Amino acid sequence: MPVLEELKAQIARRLPELDMVIGWGHGYDCLHRTPVFIENAADIEKLVFDPLCVHNLSTYLTRYGSGKKIGVVVKGCDSRSVVELLQEKLINRDNIVVFGLPCEGVADLGKVKRALQEQNLDMGRVKSATVEGGKLILAVSGKEVALALNDVLADKCGRCRYHNAVIHDEFAGTPVEGQAQDAYEDLAAFENQTLEERMEFWRGQMERCVRCYACRNACPMCVCRDHCIAQSRDPNWVSQGDGLEEKFFFQMIHAMHLAGRCTECGECERACPVDIPLLLLKRKLGKEIQELFDYRAGTEPEVKPPLLAFKVEEDNINERGW
Amino acid sequence: MMAAKFLPADKLNEWIAELAESRRVLVPVTEQNAVVFRPYAKDTEPVFGRQANVPPKASIFPASERLMAFTYVKNPEDLGQVAVEVQETIEPEPTVVFGARPCDARGFTVFDRVYDGKKVQDPYYKARRESTLFVTMACDDPENACFCHWVGSSPSDPEGSDVLLTPLEGGFLVEDVSKRGKELLSSKLLSDGSKKVKEARAAHAAALAALGEAWSPAEAPAKLIEKFDDMGFWEQVSAKCISCGACTYLCPTCYCFNVTDERKGMRGERIRTWDNCMSFQFTLEASGHNPRPTKAHRLKNRVGHKFSYYPDIHGGAIACCGCGRCIKFCPASVDIREIVRLSVERPVSKPEKQ
Repeated sequence: MPVLEELKAQIARRLPELDMVIGWGHGYDCLHRTPVFIENAADIEKLVFDPLCVHNLSTYLTRYGSGKKIGVVVKGCDSRSVVELLQEKLINRDNIVVFGLPCEGVADLGKVKRALQEQNLDMGRVKSATVEGGKLILAVSGKEVALALNDVLADKCGRCRYHNAVIHDEFAGTPVEGQAQDAYEDLAAFENQTLEERMEFWRGQMERCVRCYACRNACPMCVCRDHCIAQSRDPNWVSQGDGLEEKFFFQMIHAMHLAGRCTECGECERACPVDIPLLLLKRKLGKEIQELFDYRAGTEPEVKPPLLAFKVEEDNINERGW
Repeated sequence: MMAAKFLPADKLNEWIAELAESRRVLVPVTEQNAVVFRPYAKDTEPVFGRQANVPPKASIFPASERLMAFTYVKNPEDLGQVAVEVQETIEPEPTVVFGARPCDARGFTVFDRVYDGKKVQDPYYKARRESTLFVTMACDDPENACFCHWVGSSPSDPEGSDVLLTPLEGGFLVEDVSKRGKELLSSKLLSDGSKKVKEARAAHAAALAALGEAWSPAEAPAKLIEKFDDMGFWEQVSAKCISCGACTYLCPTCYCFNVTDERKGMRGERIRTWDNCMSFQFTLEASGHNPRPTKAHRLKNRVGHKFSYYPDIHGGAIACCGCGRCIKFCPASVDIREIVRLSVERPVSKPEKQ
C-alpha cells in the first residue's frame, strides 16, 4: 500500500479517540502544501504526502491546552522536535499520537526559486508540479522544467541521519535505509573566515530583517510565545527600534535559548520571508553542544538535555584543567 | 494631458542614475533569494522582473521612525528639578521609488485616508509622502498569489503612482500619472512614445486576463460583521496561523503603529514602529486585559480591518491592494482570499444549545 494510503487508514482508525490530527494538505498553489487539521473522517481526504510537505507540524503541539488529544504527522526530522518537547515536559505523551513517516528529503523552495530564476522564470508563476522519477517537473510560463530532486532538496536532507520518525505510535510505509554523516562542512567554511568577515556577513544579512519573528514563531522549541523578551517592555531588553543591533541581538538570544534544544529542522530559515540563513547560527551552537556534551537534541526520549541538568563535572568538559 | 514617452531597455539604468543625481532613488535589488528596496548607487543592479519580497512601505512609513529626541536636564541649583528638552525630528528626504509594482504604490492610498485625512493629518507621514514619488512598473505576468483585481485594482493600476512604466518589446512605455510625475519626464533619454500606447494597453489587458476571473468581495463588509462573534469560524480559519507578523510587515497597506520611549540615561527618543495585529502586545491594555486574546481574535482583526471595518469608514475602499505577499510569504500558507470567501459563503454557525 502506498505510504499516503497507509497513513490515511491509520488516521481513520485512531481518529475517534482524538480531537484532531495535524497533517499536510494542498496549499494556495501547486508548489505549496499547508497544514491541515483533521477533525472528522471526511477531512482525511485532504491529506497529502510528498517532498513538498516541508512544515514541521510539531510546532502546533504546544499551542493547544493540555486537555486535547492530538495526532501529529511527522517525518524523521520533525519527530526529533516531538522527542525534545517530551524531554522538556512541554507536552504530555498521553495526549499525543505520533503518525511517523519515512522521508527521503523535502524540497527547499528557495532552491527551486533560484533554479527557475537561472532560466529567467519565476516560482510564483508555476502552474503545475509533479514529482516523478527523482525529478520535480514544473510547468511555468509556457515551459516545462524538470529539476533533479537532489538539486533542490533542503540542505538538512543531505546530512540527515534520521530519515524515519524516531518516535511513533503508528508508522506508515517502509523505513528508509542508510544515513548520511554530518561533518559540519558548511560551518567549517564559515568558521575559516576572520571574526570581522563573519560580523560583516551577518550585518549584511540582518539588514533585511523585518522583525516579523516568523523565525521564532515557526520554531517548535520557541515556547515563550507571548512572553518573549523581544517584545516585552518589562523587562525591556530589546528596544522596539529596528537597528542592526536590535535585530542581531534578538537572533543571538534566540540562538542561545535553543542551544542544546534545537533539532536543526530549519523552520526558522524556511519561515524567514527575506531569506536570512538563520540555521547557520543554530548549527554552530548545535555543534558546540555536541562537542561539549556529546548530545544531539531530540534523539533519545529518556535522556535529560544537558542544559536542563546539572553535573558537578561534565564528561567532556575538563573544568579543573583550565 | 498624459504624455507617452519611450525608454529603450538599455537606457533604463542610465535614467535611474540620472534621477539619482538629485535625490535618493530606491530600487529593487536581490539579496540571497530575496528582493528588497535599496538606495541606488553606482554599482547597483536593480531587478524588475519579479515582485519584491518587501514592498517599499518603509520609504514613507519607516519600520522604526524617530518622532522626537529628548534630553533630561538637571537644574544645577536644585538637582531635584529636571527639565525635558525635546527636539522635533521630521527629516523628509527627496525620494523616488523606482520599479515598485502598481499594487505597492496603491498601498499608500490606503494610508492617505488615515494619515492625511480631512480631520487628522500626521506631519511625519505627510512630509515623507510629499517628498516621495513612485515610478512603478506595470506587471506583465501576475503570480499565483496575486489578486489585485479582486480589490478594484489591476496589474497596470495607476492609482498611487506618479509615473507608470510598461515593459514592451525593446523598452518601456513611460507615462506620467500625476502632475509631479510629469516633472520626471524631462530626461533626454526619453523619446516620443505615442505610437506605442496601443501596444501597452494590449499588454495591460493581457496581464489582467492572466489573473482569471475576479471574485467580488462586495458582500464581505456585512458578512464579516455577521461573523464577528462566530469564534468557531475564526478558530477554524486561523488554526494553521503561527501568529508571526510576516503578513502584516510585508503588507503595503498595514499601517498600525506602536509608540515607545527608548531611553538610555538622560537621553532618549520617542519612536514609532510598525505594529502587528498578530502579536499579543497589539491592543494589550495597561490593566492586562487584551480584547484580542487569541490568534483567532487577532486574525479576525486583520481580515475584518481590511475587508470590513476600513471599507465601512472609508466609502467602501478596501484596505488591501491584492499583492498577495501575505499568502506567498506566510510560513503556513494562510490564504486571506480563502478566509474572505468563506466568510461570505458560509452561514454563521449556530451556537450550541445551553
